[in-house]
Amino acid sequence: MSTLTALARIEAARTGSAQPLATVRHCHLGEQPLVLIPLKLSGEAAAPLAAMVGTARKDPALLVVAQPRNRDLRFGFAAELAALVLSYVESRQAGTETVPTKDGEGRQRYSDAPQVLVPNPGGITFLRLLGRSTRFRRIDGPYPVEASVPLLGRWLTWLCDRAEQPGSSVLMPMTSMLAGHWATGQSTFEDANLGALLGWLDPPEGMTGPQAALRAEDPLLCPPAGPTTDPGFDNEELAPLLAAYDRAPADQARMAATDRLRRALRRQLEPTWELMWRSIELLRALPEGAHVTGRWEGDRESFTHFAEGVPEGFPQAKRDSAVAAARRLIRLERAQDELDVQRALDDPLVMAEHRLTGEAFAGIVVAAQPDRLDTTGKTPKLRPYLQVRTSDPLRVADGDTVHNAGRKGQKALVVDVNAGTVLLELSSGMGRKRVAEPGSVPEVGDRVCFTTFAADFHRSPVLPPLEQTPWTHGGPPEAYVPGDDEAVAYPPTAADALEVWE
Amino acid sequence: MSVVEAVLADLTESAERAIVVDSPPGAGKSTLVVRAARHLTAAGHSLMIVAQTNEQVDDLIDRLAGADPGLLIGRLSAANYQASERVEAHRNVLVAQKADAFTDRPVVIATSAKWATLTEGSWPWAIVDEAYQMRSDMLLRIAGRFERALFVGDPGQLDPFSTVDVERWAGLSWDPMQSAVAVLLAHNPHLVPHRLPVSWRLPVSAARVVAEAFYPYTTFEAGTSAAERRLEFSTRGMAGAYDRALDEAARSGWAWYELPARHTIRTDAEAVQAIAALALRLLQRGAVAHSERGSSPVGADRIAIGAAHRDQVTAIRNALRGSAAEEITVDTANRLQGREYDVTLVLHPLSGRRDATAFHLESGRLCVLTSRHRHACIVVGRAGIPELLDAHPSTEPVHLNVPVKFPDGWEANQSVLAHLSRHRVAADR
Repeated sequence: MSTLTALARIEAARTGSAQPLATVRHCHLGEQPLVLIPLKLSGEAAAPLAAMVGTARKDPALLVVAQPRNRDLRFGFAAELAALVLSYVESRQAGTETVPTKDGEGRQRYSDAPQVLVPNPGGITFLRLLGRSTRFRRIDGPYPVEASVPLLGRWLTWLCDRAEQPGSSVLMPMTSMLAGHWATGQSTFEDANLGALLGWLDPPEGMTGPQAALRAEDPLLCPPAGPTTDPGFDNEELAPLLAAYDRAPADQARMAATDRLRRALRRQLEPTWELMWRSIELLRALPEGAHVTGRWEGDRESFTHFAEGVPEGFPQAKRDSAVAAARRLIRLERAQDELDVQRALDDPLVMAEHRLTGEAFAGIVVAAQPDRLDTTGKTPKLRPYLQVRTSDPLRVADGDTVHNAGRKGQKALVVDVNAGTVLLELSSGMGRKRVAEPGSVPEVGDRVCFTTFAADFHRSPVLPPLEQTPWTHGGPPEAYVPGDDEAVAYPPTAADALEVWE
Repeated sequence: MSVVEAVLADLTESAERAIVVDSPPGAGKSTLVVRAARHLTAAGHSLMIVAQTNEQVDDLIDRLAGADPGLLIGRLSAANYQASERVEAHRNVLVAQKADAFTDRPVVIATSAKWATLTEGSWPWAIVDEAYQMRSDMLLRIAGRFERALFVGDPGQLDPFSTVDVERWAGLSWDPMQSAVAVLLAHNPHLVPHRLPVSWRLPVSAARVVAEAFYPYTTFEAGTSAAERRLEFSTRGMAGAYDRALDEAARSGWAWYELPARHTIRTDAEAVQAIAALALRLLQRGAVAHSERGSSPVGADRIAIGAAHRDQVTAIRNALRGSAAEEITVDTANRLQGREYDVTLVLHPLSGRRDATAFHLESGRLCVLTSRHRHACIVVGRAGIPELLDAHPSTEPVHLNVPVKFPDGWEANQSVLAHLSRHRVAADR
């Protein structure tokens, strides 16, 4: 935990209300996110029990599996969920924009992308398992499922894969979003409870943060946000209701039992549904960070690319090959580096953390030679001098390169550091002429901020092709031949339709 | 036949594509690399050498070029690399950015990151230094460049790390987050690593402690006797706790300078101040190190201060600024890997913390910090770390197919603390 975060937490504990950790929103929040609250049957890895889904606060859809141990019903649930999710995905494909390409023809990119919000990281884990259990299913043969079910699996897998990428906004857990923007006076473990977290952020009238958080720990007043259910509810309500469904002698009785189950599950889900929308309101009130649009563009790019491959493609592989794993890890790490830099540039409060550790400094320009030329080389080069006075703890030393946070691509060399003043020699970001472009060199009296870090340009990594996987990594994988119990192509064929359970 | 001879014999006689050599701290890893390189070139092979940082590459060049001034060495580097003095001093070293420049040179050496940018070219042999520090995805990127390879490294040091926290590859034999050697051995299970059995760096007082805590099943011994290593001061100490800690370190090779228990932020001002004062006092008292290499004063260049986090390093550097101790190396465990000093001062990774995370419990971190010294190691920290450890047993998830790693960081920490408690000097109130 950084010093400023620790301070914010102490302050929150002292005052009884949450403290901001950010001044802008660092994630995209679309006009119409799909809120999805999954519940699973306890004791099972990924047996869906219920879900509350929708894009409008007033109009949640409630999906229920009357007997989660019955696999037909489970995949019936998957088909219902698929209808909602797939139509939402389709609605994001309404508009496109043209992206210029090298050949001048341009290509199309969707101007929107799906955005699914779940209460907590457990929700993502559950969706990943649900995606894994549905994307290889057959639509004909011995245990057929509806055509939309494997398709749902592929989309859920795309969402969960994409969610691993730092800075992506297509699938996000609400607790992490909130905890990234506000500090509470409780532990990070307690912050994982959406109700308790929101109690600190937005306590009901007349309550302090700690009181509201304590109230949220009562599962009767504030049922867990899933995917795990409250054990008390499991024993006292759910078990008798499932037993009643199993015992029901006829369709009518079974429908009545299902209705009772739906009412009970609605009571479990509705409080969380409200919490999700209140959280969205809180996040919407923050202005969006400057780099968020760019990161969302990456999400839309990935969405377009994946959507194009859906009709003819295969379900995603069960595991990454050695080459694919290495490529993905490098991509994730670069995204993380980029996110860290962009968050600091977008948000003075995040930058303050870096200023405290000496990785950045901010100050006032007290002297400047904007037209200074370096004449030591063959041709004179524009190298303006800036003297910056700062009260930040300084870690830079002579010869370091620093980057102007206020002007992308502007680098400077540290010439001298002396008791709170830094002499800088600007070396780029001023145009190509011998006189700087107007406005490109900070003037005396300007407030500037320089960082020791910057978003580096990375060339794409050189990796061997799959068929040249080296001997150190097991050699090239054998060509994939679908087993008797596996389907690979979409749409799956009837030839070998058996269930895959791993 | 010694282990080194066996390794050299394997290089020319064995049919294996890979040879792995495990080396505990200071067991002559660099010497082995130099000998292996000369052995291979003498047999007429050309080879590539892979190290992990520019610093390590330059160190290796210095040793290799010095050992064999007739050997032509190519140093492949990035465009912004500036040759260090110790590289420029050798006339048999050529620095270039493209491998084409080295067609006549039997040895080409570069960092793994630089090797990974090559798309063609192949060498019959590679020597991979600090192979346990290299990540498996890096090996994947460079493995196409060589036919056979010698992997040398210290399994007890820090594992390679990643800035992202993803579990999707856990249990895969080619998990890109694993070290290069772990993945190599997983795919070539018949390979049996050689082990260098003697540490020439660590004194007797440290070899046993480090071996027990961090190498429980692959123990090693000190190459020197207790009588050969001695640390003494030119001036007598005064009554203060700093001097008592220094005297304890000189006498026994270890000192645990204990501050009163307290929860602090990472850059604990009192601990930083204590470590800076101890370093300065060590210089002021004119320490002299007597060893098998003769006697020499312990100057600022023979002392290092290690910490877990970069901000702690910055704070300590700031505390030393302007004093006689300013020239002392202060760095994180990652950067101190592979380095050697006479005396080290360590800010204990768990000092003042409220919790013990996997990062702070990692055995490699403490192992690096407590195994850099030839004479003495002084650890500074707050009281209450054993209680903190007891309150935070490791809770890392266990994954199928992932081999259990020894030693366990929690246990290694306890083992070192148990030893340090016998050399405790409490801070003055």
